[in-house]
Parts: sequence; C-alpha cells; structure tokens
Amino acid sequence: MTTHTVAPAQAEPAHPTSTSTRGRRRALKGERSAAAWMISPALVLFALFLLIPIALAFGLAFTDTRLISPRPGQFVGLENFAYLFSDPVFWASVRNTFLFAVVVVPVQAGSALLLALLVNAKVRGTTFFRTVYFLPVVTSMVVVSLLWRFMYQKDGLINQALSGLTGGLYSPIDWLNDPVWALPAIMFMSIWQGVAFHMVIWLAGLQTIPAERYEASEIDGANRLQQFRFVTWPGLRQTATLILVTITIASFSLFTQIAVMTQGGPLDSTTTVVYQAVRTGYQQLQTGLASAISLVFFVLVLIVSGIQRYLTRERS
Amino acid sequence: MSRKIGRIVAASLATLAVAATAGCTSAGSGDSGGGTIELWTHAGGNEAELGVITSMVDDFNASQDDYTVEITDFPQDAYNDAVVAAATSDNLPCIVDIDGPNVANWAWAGYIQPLGLPEETYDGQLAGTLGVVDDEVYAYGFFDVALAMFSRESTLADAGVRVPTVDEPWTGEEFADALAKIDGLNRFDYAVDFGTGGGGEWIPYAYSPLLQSFGGDLIDRSDFQTADGVLNGPEALAWAEWFRGLVDSGYMAQASGEDATADFVNGTSGILYTGNWADTTVREAFDDAVVLPPPDFGDGPKIGAGSWQWGLTTGCDDVDGARAYLEFAHDTKYFVQYGEATGLIPATLDAAAEIPAYAEGGDNRIYLELADQFAVVRPETAAYPYISSVFQKATQDILSGGDAKSILDKAVSDIDRDIQQNGGYEF
Repeated sequence: MTTHTVAPAQAEPAHPTSTSTRGRRRALKGERSAAAWMISPALVLFALFLLIPIALAFGLAFTDTRLISPRPGQFVGLENFAYLFSDPVFWASVRNTFLFAVVVVPVQAGSALLLALLVNAKVRGTTFFRTVYFLPVVTSMVVVSLLWRFMYQKDGLINQALSGLTGGLYSPIDWLNDPVWALPAIMFMSIWQGVAFHMVIWLAGLQTIPAERYEASEIDGANRLQQFRFVTWPGLRQTATLILVTITIASFSLFTQIAVMTQGGPLDSTTTVVYQAVRTGYQQLQTGLASAISLVFFVLVLIVSGIQRYLTRERS
Repeated sequence: MSRKIGRIVAASLATLAVAATAGCTSAGSGDSGGGTIELWTHAGGNEAELGVITSMVDDFNASQDDYTVEITDFPQDAYNDAVVAAATSDNLPCIVDIDGPNVANWAWAGYIQPLGLPEETYDGQLAGTLGVVDDEVYAYGFFDVALAMFSRESTLADAGVRVPTVDEPWTGEEFADALAKIDGLNRFDYAVDFGTGGGGEWIPYAYSPLLQSFGGDLIDRSDFQTADGVLNGPEALAWAEWFRGLVDSGYMAQASGEDATADFVNGTSGILYTGNWADTTVREAFDDAVVLPPPDFGDGPKIGAGSWQWGLTTGCDDVDGARAYLEFAHDTKYFVQYGEATGLIPATLDAAAEIPAYAEGGDNRIYLELADQFAVVRPETAAYPYISSVFQKATQDILSGGDAKSILDKAVSDIDRDIQQNGGYEF
C-alpha cells in the first residue's frame, strides 16, 4: 500500500520538461492501473483456489486434521508420512501411477504422431478423419469410462468381438475384474480417448515445417523415411517437448477412469496416487493424511518434470 | 517493480472485498426470522417422499401460530456435502434428515443433539429406525428397508429344495445344497446374484449382515474400540472363505451386472439377494415369485437396518419449536402416509396395521417381520464412515481372490489405528 501512495509523488518530476511528456506519463500511469484492475480477478481466483489450498495442504500434511470432527487438528510431525511409507496400498498406487505413465506417454505420443502424419496427407476426406478421431476428446471422460465399463464386461462388446474374430478359440477375459488385465484395459481406453488431442498438436507442429525443405530434400534424393528422419522430426522438436510434458502430467493425475471403472481394484491393481488421496480425504475423512499424499504426489511430479526439463533442454 | 506489484495487490484486494461483500449479502438473506424453523431434506427430486414431508409441514404450520417450518430440499447426491459445508460455516438449519449410519458420526462431530422427546413417543417403533448413540435417541425415521432373497416357486420346486420361511430359514448347508441343485438345472448363468456389481455403501449394508450371521462383525460392539477378533476372527474368515467360494464354484459372478434385479427378471440368476425395493419389479415379472429370508449361517439370519431419519441440530436457535415439530410429526398418520407413498416398511407397528400390504397376511408383511426380527443396525459409532470405507475395499479384495487372512488383518489394523487416532471417538 505504501508504494501506491508514494507513486504520485514520484510521478511528478520537480522540473517538468514539457507538457507532452507529462501527458504521456499520465496516460502510461492510467494504463498501468487499468492493467492492474484487469489482472486482479484472475489473480484473486488463482490465489483463492490454487495458492492458498496448496499452502494449506502443505501445512495440513503434518497434522491429524479430520474433515468431520469436534477435535481440532494436532501437529503430528512426520507420522502421516511414516504410515504412508509403510502402507502397501500406497506403494501399489505409486507403482501403478508410474507404470501407467511409462506405458501411456510413449504409446499415446507415438500413436498421435502416426495419426497426425496420416491425416496430414494431401488426400480426400482428411477433415472427416480428423473429426472422427477427435470425437472421443470432446466426450466427457466420465461418460467414456461408463461406456467402456460396459464394453469390458465379460459378455460385453470387446469379448464378443474377440471371440467372433477368433472363431471361438478365445476364452473371454473379465477385463476389469482381473488383476492382470485391469490396468492394461484402462491404459488402452485412456490412450484411445486422449490420442486425438495430441494428434492435433502434432498436426499444428507439422504444418509449421516449410514445404521448401521437403522439396529441397526431394531434390537431394531423400526417400520418405529419410525425409521424416532429417526434415520432419527436427522440425517437431518444440512440439515434442510440449506433448511429452502434457501427457506425463495428465497420466500422473489418473483419477476419473479409476473412480468410475474399478475403484482401485481388483486387489489394488489399478489404485493410483490421486485416487488414494481422494479416497482418503473424502471417503475416509482423513484430511491430514490426504494432504500428506498430495504433498508426496507434488514432489514426485516436480522430480519427473525436472528430469524431463533437463533432458529436453536446448543444447547450445 | 515493487510499485507495480503493490498496485496489482491493491487492486486484487479490492476485487476480493467486493466479491466477499456480495457473497455475504446473498448468504445473509437466507437468515430466518423469528419463529421460522428451517428444515433440510435429501428428498429433492423424489416426489413421493417430498410430498409427504410437505404435507406434514403444512399441517404443522396450520396447527399453531408460534412457528413456521420452511423446507429446503437437496438432491440426495449433494445432500451430505451440503450439510458438512453448512456445519463448517456454522450455518446448519434446525432440522436435518440423516442417513442412518451417519447419525453417530454427526452426533460425535456436534452437528446434532439428542431429540429430547418423551420416551413413550417411540413405543412400537422398529429399533432399526431409531438413531441411538450413547443411549440417547438422536434421530427417528419413518420407514426402513429390508434385505431379502427372491426366487420363483417353479425354480425351487424343480431343483427339489424346500421354500424357507421366517420361522424356518435355510441353514448354511441347506443354502449350499440349494445352490448346487439350482446350478444343476443348467437354467441360469449363475445360481445366485448377491449384487456384487454394486459398490459404495451397498457393500457394508448388504454383506456385513452375512458376516454377522457367521458370528463375526465390523467392530467389537461392547465398547467400539477395536475390530480385532471380530473382523479377522475365525468366524470372519469362514465368511470370507464362503463368499469367495461362491465365485470359485461358479454359483455367483465375481462382479454381477449393473442391475441385478433386471438380470434376475431376465432369467440370468436363480436367486436374487437384494432389498425390498425390488419387490414390485419381481412380482410383476413372475406370478410365482417368492420372498425368502436370508440364510442362517449359525448366528441366525441377519439383515441391515437404518434408513433416513430426522434429527435436531446443535446450533438450532429455536429448540422448542423444532421439538414441537418433531413431536407433531411422530404421528401414526404420517407413518402411514410415508409407507403408502414410498412402498417401504413403515417404522411403527401401528402404522403397519393400517397399510394393507404390511398388515397381518399382507404381501409385504414378510419385510416387516424380517426388519423386526433380524435387523442389525450398522455400528453406532462415529468411526462408521471409516469402517465402511475399509470394509468396502476388504470385501472387494476378498471377492477378487485375495488372501482373506491378510486382507482382514490389514482392515483391522487400519480401523484400530483410526479409532486410536481419534481418541476412541469418545463423547
């Protein structure tokens, strides 16, 4: 506040040089305060719903605060973390989260690039294909999860199709109730749902590559593979970084599919860190422990993002 | 630089102040005037139930001049969150309705207080419809639901098994024998459907009575301090082994369909285990439908109890008015109205006598008998929401074929840790 009151005094110089500069200064000052007003609603919301909750979560992680309780939360030091690290469900959650990311990030990014190359071809009907591929992205994840839950049932569409294709040789798998298949089933569905979004980003990247480079490489006698290797791929470097980071973060925060389709089961084969945090915080009312899980999740994402940042840095 | 930040912060604070003032004004308008008693219900969207509540409140408002009760209805899914949020900001209405298993938790959290109505008010009321914590009545309900099994006379006759009755239910061996014989008919995908596709509160509501029939329980009810020995004792292990065994032998699906009643009506299963809300659907589908009591696995048949009930909040400014309403509403007339509107079991014997279906010899009389004789309320402890969550996961893990002993031991240690962390949930 003090800086604000000091401001007018500083704005008026002892020896005004000319009226035009003073007018410009006044206009500049007006613009600045207008900018401050315009940015304020966003900042208020950002602070209220992001910064303050994050700060609170960091504090609550060291207490035994409950969602519904007459007892005020007490400082318990590292007890929440000690419990967490000895809890097999937590380790299963961490393992599943990483497994999901390790499979989904490369497969989804790769399939998206493949689709982008396909729909980037100068043939008839590309708009139609782009639209069709993009349909799952605009559908709500909850709806998609519900539909796939039906499709994955033992007598569901997928098993029927598979046994039809193999002429009855295939014995139906109860996808979501089999500890071995539940997570792969969710991975497949998640990739199907999200792949087109990244296809569009790849597509945008592809279209920034100047056509002259392709023409030049053609004159040099490069074949399609060499063109991809030496023209397309280097031109997509920035896009690749963006896609890598966004898919990684999206796959770390895996929650909706789990909550709708498996609730972490069977036998903890699909539980994830975010799912466990929500279950602990809202179903089991343990705000303190849930905050501790969130804090650990924050650190995990920070480390992974840091490593990615390091690997994809500009080498000069 | 600092000047720029100062300006942005100042503008942000001003925006916040304006927004907060606007928010407070709109919240403040809901403040009740003198003699007005606010009442919240989960029945939003449920016309039958809301209609009865509205007529009760209208009758009360017309019967005297001192108080006016005002109804606010919420959709069921949002109701509990609304109450928790209101309690956190000290904005609870005077009268709330509560799902049975939450009564103890809300009493412990200080949301609700004992009703303080005369003892004789509750004469002839089904025990499961009273929210009793620490020997005090915190809530009463107008109706209850009962768990039962449905089958067809033709199915049981063809399989050659007797039709069990409330007085003579199947024993565990008879039930196993019945399943084997029904399975032998090769008429159904599964001999029995326990609704294993369901999740959430259905799991403790439906399966903890089976556990109790085996002799186990969710928690040691002598002092509600530990689950050790009851949730992981030999009885509980026998229950777990039996339940998973039904999957292994192919009598039951590990996860049944989305709508077990529809599957049963379509001939997928031979016996359906569900609540009396399925009664109409089943009887419409089959002329020879029979309602069976759950089997007796040693400790007698057990079923769940406790549905929505009415309570009085701690922060209520006008306790006398709220009490006057709750006493006025506890009238056989309204129990009958509730029972007729919802089709569920009326909570008093007097009301049951006035509803033909639930009167002696009525089609639905069996549900009243089940609720009266076999009902066990979910543990009346503030630890219940946590126990419920742990039991849901444990049951699902057992059905998925996990090692029952280690699953139940882990459930017990989690529950005991939670109770101990909360100072034993002492009042």
